[in-house]
Amino acid sequence: MSKDIYVVAEQRDAVIQKVSFELISEAKRLSMVTGEKVYAILAGAKGVAEDLGDFYRAGADGVIYVEDELLKEYTTEPYTKVVSEILLAKDPNIVLFGATSIGRDLAPRVAARIHTGLTADCTKLEILDWSPNQETEPEKLLYMTRPAFGGNIMATILCKEKRPQMATVRPGVMKREDIIAECGATPEGTKEEFKSTLKKEDMNVVIREVVKCKVQKTDIIEAKALISGGRGIGSPEAFSMLKELAELLEADISSSRANVDAGWIDRDRQVGQTGKTVRPSLYMACGISGAIQHVAGMEDSDYVIAINKNETAAIFDVADLGIVGDLKIIIPKLIEGLKRYKELNRC
Amino acid sequence: MKIVVCIKQVPDTNEVKLDPVTNTLIREGVPSIINHDDKSGIEAALKLKEQVGGEVVVVCMGPKQADVALREALAMGCDKAMLVSAREFGGSDTYATAKIIAAALRKIGYDLVITGRQAIDGDTAQVGPQIAENLGIPQVSYVEGVEVLNESTLLVQRQYEDRYHMIEVKMPCLLTALTELGEPRYMTVKGIVEAYRQEIEVMDYEMLKDDLDIATIGLKGSPTNVYKSFTKQAKGAGTKLTELSPDEAVDAIINALQERHLV
Repeated sequence: MSKDIYVVAEQRDAVIQKVSFELISEAKRLSMVTGEKVYAILAGAKGVAEDLGDFYRAGADGVIYVEDELLKEYTTEPYTKVVSEILLAKDPNIVLFGATSIGRDLAPRVAARIHTGLTADCTKLEILDWSPNQETEPEKLLYMTRPAFGGNIMATILCKEKRPQMATVRPGVMKREDIIAECGATPEGTKEEFKSTLKKEDMNVVIREVVKCKVQKTDIIEAKALISGGRGIGSPEAFSMLKELAELLEADISSSRANVDAGWIDRDRQVGQTGKTVRPSLYMACGISGAIQHVAGMEDSDYVIAINKNETAAIFDVADLGIVGDLKIIIPKLIEGLKRYKELNRC
Repeated sequence: MKIVVCIKQVPDTNEVKLDPVTNTLIREGVPSIINHDDKSGIEAALKLKEQVGGEVVVVCMGPKQADVALREALAMGCDKAMLVSAREFGGSDTYATAKIIAAALRKIGYDLVITGRQAIDGDTAQVGPQIAENLGIPQVSYVEGVEVLNESTLLVQRQYEDRYHMIEVKMPCLLTALTELGEPRYMTVKGIVEAYRQEIEVMDYEMLKDDLDIATIGLKGSPTNVYKSFTKQAKGAGTKLTELSPDEAVDAIINALQERHLV
């Protein structure tokens, strides 16, 4: 019988991506209900599986790894082969992938190869009872909830018969929660090398060149606080005002789609259905009307402050504190106010 | 070179609105369009054809009304259009959809298959890679640039979050297109007139059944099913302060930040 929950970890340059640990923690939470174990699958070049402490801390009971030079940089076929072989050999109940540009390339191909279903970009995973009729003993299934229609509707998807039940989850959606072992010791877990049949001929493309994009700016997904500008800020120059505010609050700058499309700010700053999903402690929406597509990317923020001229703007429906007023007057005054506040509270 | 572009007809989700009373989706009057990424795929196919010659076939799976999308693709300059449509195909998830489209593609023949990265209604990005798996050909997804190196090899720029790869891939292969791949050209008047004269061939279940297992397509053959769908519950609104002077507004914000230790 299929059992256990697997997370396919993602590494770039042997650095394990944060989403992998978020998924392991989520798998741990699910495993409390199913009574199963959590395993991570890690593929990469030699040495990638050297230090696995973070996997165990995030909640993995074990790590199954394959080290091969063919797995140094991600390409579709070698990774598909290795992951499919492991899944066929281990027969898990549930498999999770990050909905990154690697995960969204790999997961569908693996699903098609091992003949099972896959639900993309889940925002909520739950284990609940399901039975086709009252006479049948209920079984525990993975209820996978995801947005569709640009975030306008949510759908809960089930994969009733095929195994594993597979889902991709966007970075930033699930929360990493580390296990604190006694006396700060690293929790222990198993480590198993998997013998894959991967061979050179499986590499069916040639990577001619890997070009790293310029210095990575801070990723808005990881920001503790975000000052976000919408169409209502009026001009690209207004972002410098928002930046000044952001510095005072140790925040980063983000944006709605309109300003990105207008070329006022880089695309990697975009929050929303077609941008990034963020959940900072503070999200300050300045001149953002609150289209459903935008709200889909920020509604899980801990505390939302919205400033907008239009009293009926939809952003007020998700704001903890809504200020109806002209941001061009309020924000410069807020900057002054915060400077004064900081001056007074300096000790 | 024979290039087949797979497109999807989608509702323009930017136009989708919620009924404020029933909180349900208002679908009436929402225009149907060719999915954005797919349209960039058409553009890339037409450019490749201009460079090296060949034929561009456009394929769409969907109901009869999807012929509008196919005619738009013809008017942009595609040579031939095929509609994959049958009652047996209805309710297919991505796994089943990929099986059907792969069967159609085997019948049509291809050197290069281009799909969009993802559709704006479902947002899954799964059908492209799953078609490639069914055809047993390499895929390169998230493509933002492509050129022909020689008659059997393409050089493709593949995007990741923090890098891009320049990848050499042999045909036959499948690419999934990002909108960055090219601004789609407009239809020409001559193209539109001709598009409506042209026959759109329908590929139905009868035509593909030798290559399809009925147990793996349609609603029944799909591994995943929608259990329920619902409109998102809005997070409850907090305090909304109107008619404050700017100074009062600033005080309210600073107080809130202070209470939550955000400053």
